Amino acid sequence: METTGVPAGWEAYGDERKERVGFFTDTSVCIGCKACEVACKEWNLIPEDGLVWSGESYDNTSQLDANSWRHVAFVEQRKPLRVGEDGEPGIDRGDPDGDALRWLMSSDVCKHCTHAACLDVCPTGSLFRTEFGTVVVQEDICNGCGYCVPACPFGVLDQRKIPSTLNTGHKPDLPALGPLERGEKEDGRVWKCTLCYDRLKGGHEPACAKACPTNSIQFGPLDELRERADARLAKLDAEGWNGAQLYGRDPDDGVGGFGAFFLLLDDPEVYGLPPDPVVTTRDLPEMWGNMLVAATAMVAGMAAMFLGGRR
Amino acid sequence: MPSLGTSFGRGGATTFQQDLQNADCIVIMGSNMAENHPVGFQWVMEARERGAKVIHVDPRFTRTSAMATKHVPIRPGSDIAFLGGVVNYLLQNELYFREYVEHYTNAPVIIREEFVDTEELDGLFSGWDPEEGKYDVESWMYEGMELHASAGQREEGFDATKGEGSGHGGAGGGLEHGEPPEEDRSLGHPRCVFQILKRHYARYTPEFVAEACGCTVADFVDVCETLAANSGRERTSAFCYAVGWTQHTVGVQTIRTAAIVQMLLGNIGRPGGGILALRGHASIQGSTDIPTLYNILPGYLPMPHTEKYGDLESYIEANTSPTGWWGHFDAYFASLMKAYFGEHATPDNDFLFETLPRIDDDNSVYFTIEQMLKGAVKGYIIAGENPAVGHANGKAHRLALSKLDWLVVRDIVEIESASFWYDSPEVESGELAPEECATEVFFMPAASHTEKDGSFTNTQRLLQWHWQATEPKEDCRSELWFYFHLGRLIKQKLAGSEEKRDRLVKALRWEYPTHSQIQEPSAEAVLQEVSGWKVETGEFLSGYPGLKADGSTLCGCWIYSGVFKDGINQAARKKPHWEQESYVAPEWAWAWPADRRLLYNRASADPDGAPWSERKRYVWWDADEGTWTGLDTPDFGADKDPHYVPPDDAKAEDAIAGDHPFIMQADGRAWLYVPQGLEDGPLPTHYEPHESPFRNPLYSQRANPRRQQNKDLPEDPYNPVAGEPGSDVYPYVATTYRVTEHHTAGGMTRSIPYLSELQPAMFCEVSPELADEVGLEHGGWATIYTSRSAIEARVLVTDRIPSLTIDGRRTHQVGLPYHWGTRGLTTGGSANDLTHMALDPNVHIQEVKAFTCGIRPGRRPRGADLPRFVAELREQAHSRREQEPRVEPEETRKTTP
Repeated sequence: METTGVPAGWEAYGDERKERVGFFTDTSVCIGCKACEVACKEWNLIPEDGLVWSGESYDNTSQLDANSWRHVAFVEQRKPLRVGEDGEPGIDRGDPDGDALRWLMSSDVCKHCTHAACLDVCPTGSLFRTEFGTVVVQEDICNGCGYCVPACPFGVLDQRKIPSTLNTGHKPDLPALGPLERGEKEDGRVWKCTLCYDRLKGGHEPACAKACPTNSIQFGPLDELRERADARLAKLDAEGWNGAQLYGRDPDDGVGGFGAFFLLLDDPEVYGLPPDPVVTTRDLPEMWGNMLVAATAMVAGMAAMFLGGRR
Repeated sequence: MPSLGTSFGRGGATTFQQDLQNADCIVIMGSNMAENHPVGFQWVMEARERGAKVIHVDPRFTRTSAMATKHVPIRPGSDIAFLGGVVNYLLQNELYFREYVEHYTNAPVIIREEFVDTEELDGLFSGWDPEEGKYDVESWMYEGMELHASAGQREEGFDATKGEGSGHGGAGGGLEHGEPPEEDRSLGHPRCVFQILKRHYARYTPEFVAEACGCTVADFVDVCETLAANSGRERTSAFCYAVGWTQHTVGVQTIRTAAIVQMLLGNIGRPGGGILALRGHASIQGSTDIPTLYNILPGYLPMPHTEKYGDLESYIEANTSPTGWWGHFDAYFASLMKAYFGEHATPDNDFLFETLPRIDDDNSVYFTIEQMLKGAVKGYIIAGENPAVGHANGKAHRLALSKLDWLVVRDIVEIESASFWYDSPEVESGELAPEECATEVFFMPAASHTEKDGSFTNTQRLLQWHWQATEPKEDCRSELWFYFHLGRLIKQKLAGSEEKRDRLVKALRWEYPTHSQIQEPSAEAVLQEVSGWKVETGEFLSGYPGLKADGSTLCGCWIYSGVFKDGINQAARKKPHWEQESYVAPEWAWAWPADRRLLYNRASADPDGAPWSERKRYVWWDADEGTWTGLDTPDFGADKDPHYVPPDDAKAEDAIAGDHPFIMQADGRAWLYVPQGLEDGPLPTHYEPHESPFRNPLYSQRANPRRQQNKDLPEDPYNPVAGEPGSDVYPYVATTYRVTEHHTAGGMTRSIPYLSELQPAMFCEVSPELADEVGLEHGGWATIYTSRSAIEARVLVTDRIPSLTIDGRRTHQVGLPYHWGTRGLTTGGSANDLTHMALDPNVHIQEVKAFTCGIRPGRRPRGADLPRFVAELREQAHSRREQEPRVEPEETRKTTP
């Protein structure tokens, strides 16, 4: 399958198709305030995700899942934030012993991939491509089969379990969306970032972008965001920022480019992100093709055995 | 507040957050702005994007440091050493803005011969009396002058030991003719302020700074050079500070040092310059403007003192400055009395001055707690505050509350201050038994900010109105509702009283329209009263120049006068800045005074009235029009010529010359040296914190001689210090702070799942070095202890809390967020159970930013074992000390002539 940089299914909207929108998250200006996490939860009435102190710097959310659609990662490093032309630390950051210190902060989110494996594998059609080019789960259709969960190369998708505070009979302070028809302990459906589809329909930007005080999370038409990101990277390179790179901007990458892409200050692995994500259904046609060949060969072989046997 | 007040004339931030985008350099110190003012911080980010240097000087590497272009770690409590070093560097290397310093500050003024500096008196100024425990400030004064405070002069005979005199707002000094009689414009006279300043900081060399603060010489010099390179005509630098400076026994003096730096660099009153005091959470600026403080009335008018000097005339005289805008004190006061009493207050009855309560002592919160512990306080109202978690020495507070007859707590959730009697560490330990606690607690649920109309006054003096979005539920009521109806009911009950003390209540003007089912009073009506009107016509006032002393004007707060100008709620204006002509955005909300956004902005122009440079133009003199004009309301007489020289008999604002921008000061100048108004010295001096492992490297005078401390309060014992026997029990430097995810004492955030899950446990931050030394495991538990109490916390081992070398010794810090208590979705140890109640003498603020502690791995003892554990260690520490009783130098040394 070739990556063409345009989401399949989006063009099918014809006249109703809107300009493709997404996020450019510029982590060089993220102050780690987590307003994005809170705004997302408030807008989407997402349940609390567990009161667990992780010890992972200031990150107690730990990962994206059904109850956390924005997750701010914190990475403490003994590396300079910027370097001079000679490779030496250009900005004096360190303690008196002279070691550099920096603290990377980055708000992670569903990538709304151009080629979304979750979409490909969903058997019910619950996951669909919107007129904005985004990927959304329709919760009234999702049957909780979970096929999409391993399909996502980023581990974004997850089946919702109602947190333990609700299991103890303690009355929840916040509603969990949808009726708990499948019993009180499990919801079971998959929930993820909708890029605030409802807000987009109303002409508003997503809640996280609106809340972000430093404009780290930028929302807008995707090609405009890509231009902006290119200019931003050029500026940071000129200023000697150590390790600045764009992640998911390239429409030729393994998922055809992200709808929500990033400017990182180090390699993706440092942030817990896969360095070279590939849509997991990329090889499916080839695999089906191989299987067809194998099946045909098997049928032919069996036919030969039977036919041969009758003479 | 008194720092900025005595230095410049008003006790508030000199600039606004949006103006930071114009700074060429921003120093953030004593503040973690990105974490605690995240929205305002976007303007720092904007400056950085434009190429500004952002320097964060702080013991910890925080989310602010992560965004800075430079982080310099220093030991908690060494800020004056660092900033004093900057002053010295600028003076020695002649990097100050000469023209600004000469014309706009009191650098040329000659001081009395009797003044003797700390350099000659080993850490004390002249005038120290160990028996009184305070300074006689006469020797500090200007040569040939009788000094007289602008507002808040302590009246003769009154015991000023508790610090009421300095006030919180415009405490400058009153000079007879607006001009000091003796000055030397060449700045060479040995007793001129400039030379005194030089001598005072001469030993604050870069090497001294490195030793005392733990930073490198290179880092320190880089900060000085960066500031110097980014100040002057073409460039400006700004300072941002918060409670990292104020919460020290030398808090006020720390801010004063920064004020001196900014005066020397010529940054005050200039775009991209100034000092941004970062406060503002929940309208704290507003709560000193319309005060909830015991010693001031609205607009920083001082609360009158004892009966003995209790007539209106002497009160007015003591507080009126012959020069500057405090010259109209009588008008501000009379208008306030009209607001309180309406028609009942007239010139004939001295505006009912005699009915006002008097203060004769310290009634600040820590003093009150002390009295409460002794059983002297019967009742208490706590509204929107959680002292059981948020105030220093939490245990002392909770025990104090248990001595009350009655307590009213108003809050949106049942906070620890309300539940102390059945849910607190003392109940767990058995020190408090619910069935024996006689305090009757009334918990009155409060409405939240979305459930009422009202205003917030933020860190840049901006009043922003908010409209009610929904009705409060059930019994929840707003503050306004509570106090209005309380007052109404009390008035009803006292209507027939003949008692003299009830005159005030009976005379109170208490008519406000109410609405809705619950009879909510109109907040706008209150705002109108605050802004004021002409009594006869009802015409709304447009500003404080319209206030009169004859009872013809009514105004609840003179600095807010004009917020309802033209009958329009100016604070409710909501035109976004992108729809306005300049970034100053004057049509968004309303700032005091008189809607000026950047204070002292006359200083953005040179003595002739022209901008110092095109790049830094802000306000300037238009000779054709004969007015000042520019991007903001001029903070100056609109038509006062820059070359105006006041005649000899000039009074009030007319006594201020055309080239003196600091119009609230008696001489119109910024004060490098403060002759009167502060308890602990005209110049800041490095003193060690009350609890410190270090001796003072400069003087035998160890700590602030004027700091307030409890000598005979068993609930507030102190750790041994500085190499004393027993100090090894508490060898580490502790500091408390906030994180973005929670709000102060946690009442508003620990009950919310979305915030609680972001920081779901109390934790301490330690360096890998300290963890190794003590055996702490990342992710494990630690017990932290002081003479007061002990708490437990999860351990976060991180490079961001550096260990430093001070005075040749390796020093470790223990970082403690202070948000946690026993209630809510996330509970944990309260860091303030560890802190003590020694205070800054000017403002009675607790020193929770630098104290000492011990730490060990593992969870804390449970039940009665906890106080036993604390006591054993305390005994261990103190018993050795008793053999060599400590007497601090200030207790015996006398420096009066």
